[in-house]
Formats: sequence, structure tokens, C-alpha cells
Amino acid sequence: MKIANCLLLALLPLLAQAQAVAPDVLVKTITDEVTTTLKKDKDIQAGDTKKAGALIEAKIVPHFNFVRMARIAVGRNWRSATPEQQKELTSEFKTLLVRTYSSALVNYRDQQIDYKPLRAKPEDNEVTVKSDVTQSGSSQPVSIDYEMEKTDNGWKIYDVKVGGVSLVTTYRDTFASEVREHGIDGLIKSLAAKNREPLGSKAGRS
Amino acid sequence: MESRSRGGIKRLSAALLLAGSLAGCAASGGNPADPLEKVNRAVFAFNDGADKVVFTPVARGYRAVLPGFFRTGVSNFFSNLEDVWVSVNDLLQGKFQQGLEDFTRVIFNSTFGIAGLFDFASGAGLPKHTEDFGQTLGSWGFESGPYVVIPFIGPSTVRDGFGLLFDYKADLVYWATDSVAVRNSLYATRAISNRANLLDASSLLEQAALDRYSFVRDAWLQRRRNLVYDGNPPRERDESDDEPTK
Repeated sequence: MKIANCLLLALLPLLAQAQAVAPDVLVKTITDEVTTTLKKDKDIQAGDTKKAGALIEAKIVPHFNFVRMARIAVGRNWRSATPEQQKELTSEFKTLLVRTYSSALVNYRDQQIDYKPLRAKPEDNEVTVKSDVTQSGSSQPVSIDYEMEKTDNGWKIYDVKVGGVSLVTTYRDTFASEVREHGIDGLIKSLAAKNREPLGSKAGRS
Repeated sequence: MESRSRGGIKRLSAALLLAGSLAGCAASGGNPADPLEKVNRAVFAFNDGADKVVFTPVARGYRAVLPGFFRTGVSNFFSNLEDVWVSVNDLLQGKFQQGLEDFTRVIFNSTFGIAGLFDFASGAGLPKHTEDFGQTLGSWGFESGPYVVIPFIGPSTVRDGFGLLFDYKADLVYWATDSVAVRNSLYATRAISNRANLLDASSLLEQAALDRYSFVRDAWLQRRRNLVYDGNPPRERDESDDEPTK
């Protein structure tokens, strides 16, 4: 018991340190970890989306604020949703994103990632981490920008923009017209139906 | 949408031009940028069908049969031809340094890169840029106007559609040969090469979208806006995003 407490105390400063990681350093660390795994993992390279989904769950998901993502995607209808509905929207939207990106990860090939210098003041609570990704064999880099917010649990990503296209706001109009026609439960239902579609193999279900 | 505070008269004439096409079209869907949604959806469905039946299978075949270095060579070759027009657009937009760089790309890639088959310049620290006349119009202050899906070509806007007419006339492939047959086979090769480059992206789209039409539209509009502002578009206020979450 005593030893456990001592360990805990010893670890506390480490935890505090982890929270203080700068947003650009955090993005770089996550990306390095994931790409290193991808380069080694023959199963994912061969198209195992289930394994790719597990990798995303373990390494990427903890650093996202899915509640905020769902709220941005749902737009003004978010306020008229009950807390229960908001919870379901968040979880279905998260599943959709995780499934989508597990099918993208299996297409991962060697890429060169250049991070641009972070333009932020120390007191900023919201920053954009910008990077350029160059696929081998292609000459034109694609920009990937991470919109991040400071929380009590460290920096969290709430939007990713690929070549200027937001992974979150791109859903807005679809979601809005779904809600207009079938209500919030209708949107939850069609998200759930989309998430039940086969994905080669089932992936990313939590 | 893409107003840069320049050229008031130009913007006015653009507005007048677009007002005609806007008038009388009741917004059927949710996006005010897409008053022609009904027609657009029909054309989108047609393009999608053509893509599934013709272009995707051909592109898949192309990718399956030809080795990667060959496909990269083809892609680079057309990209090099395009860079000439890219540098002209740089200059038209007042981006002189980028124009010089893009023109240097053409020189390097046409010589060291063996007629553009290798992208020598990217390795030498001169990355490729995407510029076209639609973006040039945007940088001059022309609004994008309504979203339009063009048969066989795909997503565009009124402004970018006008831009395409110039892009088409300025296309080096258009001027490369008098032989219609040769020109058409060059067009076809380029189209197949471009489609093959997008195969992964389109399977991702299949997985990502609930309604592919509106997903493509919104992604495309964001992409164009981003290009007009060269990667730094002004932040759009999120109406729903003004309360903190935990």
C-alpha cells in the first residue's frame, strides 16, 4: 500500500508534465508513433481495417474531443437535442470517423511530414498546428492542419483539415438536411445504419 | 463567399453576372451556395454512373497493368505541361516569386527531368503549386457564385466554370498538335492518369459520406476557398461553436 502511494507520488510530476506537452509536439509524437507502427505492421498494410481501427482507438482517439466535433457537425440543431441524443450523436459520429480513417490507414504509404512553426502565444487556448504531407511518388504536398484546444487533460484536437477541407464541417449540410427531414433521431438512425455497413472487415467498433 | 477586398467594380460586375443565374431559383436544400441543387444532383448522379461504369474500371485497369514508376512518369509529364499555366496564373495574381519558382520548375523538369517525366524540381526544393484561372478570378475579388456540377467534369462554380474555359484554351495539350486523334489520346491518357491518382480518395469518400452529393459539394467548396486564399482562409465563425464542452 505504502509502496503504491509512493509510486503514485513519484508519477504525479510525470502526469503533470504530460499535460503540459505543447500542441505541436503532441501532434508530432502521435503521428510518429502511429506511422512507425504502420510501417512495421504487415497486417494493416495488407488491408486489415480491424487492426487499423484498434490502433486508432489506442493511439489517436484519446487526443480528440469528439463531443465538440459532433457539436460542430450537427450545428444549431445540437441545442435542441437532449443530453441522451447528444451522447448518441457523439458516439455514432466518432464511430463513423474511426471507421473512415481505419480504411484510410490501410492505404498508408511512406510519407514525408513537415511541420510548420507553431504561431501561438503561451496563453492561447486554441491553436492550429499546420503540417505538409508529401506522399512518396507524388510531387505536391497536401496540407494537414489540426485545430486544437487546451483542456484540463492536455491539448485536444477538435478538427482536422486536409487540403483545407474540414473533416467535421463537411458533414454539416448533410446532417442539417437529415435533421430537417427526419429529426435528430433520424440523423442518429442513419449514422448508425452507415456504421453497420460492412467495411471489408468490421473495424473500429467500440 | 471568397471576397478579397479588391476591385469593387469587378465584384459588382461579377455580382450582376451571377444574379441572372441565381434569380428565380428557390433554394431546395440547405446550402445557400447551391441554389441549383436539383439539377446538380441529377448531373452528379449521371457523372457518378459514368464514373462507375467507365472511368473507375479503366483507371483500375491502368493501375493494375502499369508499374508505379511508369504511372508517376505519365502524371509528372502532364503536371509539367500544366505548370506553365500555373506560373502564368501566379503572375496574374501578383505572386511574382511563386511565379518565378513555378517557371523554374518547368525549366528544371523539362531538362533534368527529361521532358517532365521526373519531378526533379520538387526534390530540389521547389514544390508544385495548384493554380488555375478560377483561382485567379477569385484573387481578383470575383465571388464564386452558385455551385455547379458540370457533366463529365464534376464539381465547379459559375466563376470556376468560366475559369475552366480559359484553362482549356491555355492547355498546352490543346496546342501541342494539329492531329485531333493525337490530341484526344493525350486528353484521354491524362484523364485516366488523373482518375487513377484519385482511386484511394474515392474509396475513402465512399466510406466517409452519408450523402455523397452534399459531402462532395461541401468538401469541394472548402477546398476551392482554401486554394483561393493560398491555404490561409479567414476563419469562419461557427454559430454552434460558442459554448465550451468538457
